Amino acid sequence: MVGQRFVEALAARDVDRNWAVTVLAEENRRAYDRVRLSAYFEGVTAEELTLAPPGVPAGADFVLGEPAVSVDLASRTVRTEAQSFGYDALVLATGSRAFVPPVANADAPHCFVYRTLDDLDAIRAHAAGKRTGVVVGGGLLGLEAANALRLLGLSVRIVEHAPHLMPLQVDLAGGALLRRRVQALDIAVDCGEGVRDVADLDADVVVFAAGIRARDELASAGLARGERGGFLVDPTCLTSDPAVWAIGECAAVDGVTYGLVAPGYAMAEVVADRLTGGSSTLDTPDMSTKLKLLGVDVASFGATTGPLDVVYNDPATGVYAKLVLTDDAQTLLGGILVGDASAYPALRASVGGPLPGTLADLMASGAAPVGLPDSAQVCSCHAVTKGSFLDAVADGCVDLPAIKACTKAGTGCGSCVPLLKSLLAEAGIVQSTHLCEHFAYSRQELFDIVRVRGIGTFSELVTAVGTGRGCDLCKPAVASILASLGGGHILDGEQAALQDTNDHFLANLQKDGTYSVVPRVPAGEITPEKLIVIGEVARDFGLYTKITGGQRVDLFGARVEQLPAIWRRLVDAGFESGHAYGKALRTVKSCVGDTWCRYGVQDSVGLAVALELRYRGLRAPHKIKAAVSGCARECAEARGKDFGVIATENGWNLYVGGNGGFRPRHADLLLSDLSTADLVRYVDRFLMFYVRTADRLQRTSVWVENLGLDYLRDVIVEDTLGVAEDLDAAMARHVDGYVDEWRAVLDDPAKLRRFVSFVNAPDTPDPTISFTVERGQPVPISIGTRP
Amino acid sequence: MPEQPRGETVTWTAICQLDHLLPERGAAALLGDTQVAVFRLHDNQLYAIGNGDPLSGAQVLSRGIVGTRGDVPVVLSPMHKQAFDLRTGACLDVPGVTVPVYPARCRDGLIEVAVP
Repeated sequence: MVGQRFVEALAARDVDRNWAVTVLAEENRRAYDRVRLSAYFEGVTAEELTLAPPGVPAGADFVLGEPAVSVDLASRTVRTEAQSFGYDALVLATGSRAFVPPVANADAPHCFVYRTLDDLDAIRAHAAGKRTGVVVGGGLLGLEAANALRLLGLSVRIVEHAPHLMPLQVDLAGGALLRRRVQALDIAVDCGEGVRDVADLDADVVVFAAGIRARDELASAGLARGERGGFLVDPTCLTSDPAVWAIGECAAVDGVTYGLVAPGYAMAEVVADRLTGGSSTLDTPDMSTKLKLLGVDVASFGATTGPLDVVYNDPATGVYAKLVLTDDAQTLLGGILVGDASAYPALRASVGGPLPGTLADLMASGAAPVGLPDSAQVCSCHAVTKGSFLDAVADGCVDLPAIKACTKAGTGCGSCVPLLKSLLAEAGIVQSTHLCEHFAYSRQELFDIVRVRGIGTFSELVTAVGTGRGCDLCKPAVASILASLGGGHILDGEQAALQDTNDHFLANLQKDGTYSVVPRVPAGEITPEKLIVIGEVARDFGLYTKITGGQRVDLFGARVEQLPAIWRRLVDAGFESGHAYGKALRTVKSCVGDTWCRYGVQDSVGLAVALELRYRGLRAPHKIKAAVSGCARECAEARGKDFGVIATENGWNLYVGGNGGFRPRHADLLLSDLSTADLVRYVDRFLMFYVRTADRLQRTSVWVENLGLDYLRDVIVEDTLGVAEDLDAAMARHVDGYVDEWRAVLDDPAKLRRFVSFVNAPDTPDPTISFTVERGQPVPISIGTRP
Repeated sequence: MPEQPRGETVTWTAICQLDHLLPERGAAALLGDTQVAVFRLHDNQLYAIGNGDPLSGAQVLSRGIVGTRGDVPVVLSPMHKQAFDLRTGACLDVPGVTVPVYPARCRDGLIEVAVP
């Protein structure tokens, strides 16, 4: 991570390309985000963790899987097993290794460390089918490892030799509260306990997360080491050799090693600056951390002990806060937050200055960052102060993207983004609701303009009220508005040019450039004959097949030119487009209901089929998912959907605003014990009101939160706005006007002509697409590893 | 349209009829081993760049949305939406990343592209 930051920092400064950079890496992959390593177990892929897109930065040469094994300072040469490299400047960013304490049998095959993606793969492979796991170490990494083992289905115990968890970051009281929250997750915690023999632990998997040691082997070439290891460097990161530098966890700055990424990044910037003629030195590193471990916010910043402590401890809510102040209580020195860290950005930025609010408010969290001094650091990843933030604002950066581009603030861990937003507001800048640079209107305003003026094309709209020729933000939004207002087939005329690639090819673009195909299976109910057709199509076209979370079958790996032939087969068998590619209604999930279930009280399948067919093809600001459960046992998970229906003895309960994407949210009860006719009427109005008034890509969860449930109920039941008739009529037009999008394409030679990989070689497949076989199915060969 | 390089001979290859390519949309063409993304703008201006998205590695740039950023005609990669300047091939969102640019023109109703 620090090495990657260095090459990017150097590339940014070295505009004349005076430096040619070669990166020697031990792992077979480019830099990835070790801070988020545990996300790998939550389904985040190695690719999503990468910090180094291919080709970035331009000009650097990356040699992967080939670690440096020796350095010759006299001849300025670095050797790997295979080759040697001369250098003018050598930057060591060899990081650290996991420390395994001297414990008997620590080399047993079920013992692991928690450091690299390969370590995680090995743990995952070994944990399959096992029951118990022990993590040695109750610090940051130990808690992460414990969560990882938990996600692998093991029962987990943490053994920490200090008297409490996270001994380096929090105090005894904070550690005790953290322990209670960890134990509430069924993780056993033993503090104040050492381990003598791995055999005593009686576990199927043991993970050591007991700290790190600098990787300083290359110092044997004649470089000075720090007392506790690490390449000894001065505050410019220079080692005892005038051509060798060290940064990150392998460096001992004046003897001190830092196990956090922010100081490492600061060192990378210092060396990049020095190598391009600058004179910067390393400031005292900011050791603040904020993490979400096992769902618990933990943050520490500045000094964690000092002359005056103010402590707030609420075991009922599991919130602990401690602020450290000078003895006159006028200057904040640091603090610890456990359970709720929402005040962290403002507090961290205030260290060294007065408190940014009243003490009572701050302890209860969520304080406004009023009165931060200009010297306060508002983004610690990129060391951006409030002063430089305000300079950027004065230079015309008036929104978050501009601030990010100009100062890099908010582009690291992202924890400061809420603070940046409130600072923008504090600077008197009203956040724009403009859709993009081409339209100074929100989506809702554009919707009204299109409707009231009767505009039928993007060109008319951009000529009338916009500038330029559009972009990936406004074109699909306008396409959606036109579709909602009955604009005909989405690929008719000029509309085709507005569609994102998914809508343009009526299929979902996958990472290798192939598409996935999803036929509609209303409510997940399907005949054996249709199941067989899907199977035959998948087999005949060599497609990877997966049942989705929405009760459908997803067929992956179709090339553009195969899509019409695949859909010809599916349409002939009675399938329709599942709209998996659109910001549209996706699925209405169901349980089996009272037809089969001995607990079911209503026909959830029948209602779900009817709702899915009613709203199929309905385009919206975001995708919409729904579900119907046949009883309160909730087997269809209806409360996790944009709208959900749960059967009662007396009718149907309607829930709205669930799902929420990366910020999951349970739906709220809008109406209860409805008849089927009333239910459908209110869902009609709910959906159409959402389609017409929500912002671009605003999910129902946020939309409902903004409106308020009572207001929403007033509008769609009491008709306080007098729009119900209009909403009903709009939905009736949608239902009557539905035509299967794929059938319409198959009937239109001009549209079919677009479904080719190459316009000058319509029968030639893209030669860069190729597959291997995993678990009996074709999967794409990762593009990065292609020869 | 990029100028023809001085002192080199250029071979133009016809790839499709102009009216088979929608305005403000692209199409991919295969010229030898080279994948080229050809775009037609609303005023019939033609541009050709490499089809490979250097950031994702997939051959998909021809399938992106065409638009403008300021005065610059761009295509947005359909994979992760980075903008590429159709005139120079430079990625406007990731410094240092570029794709090749090829001459493109319309002759007798046919779109032609030259690949060295």
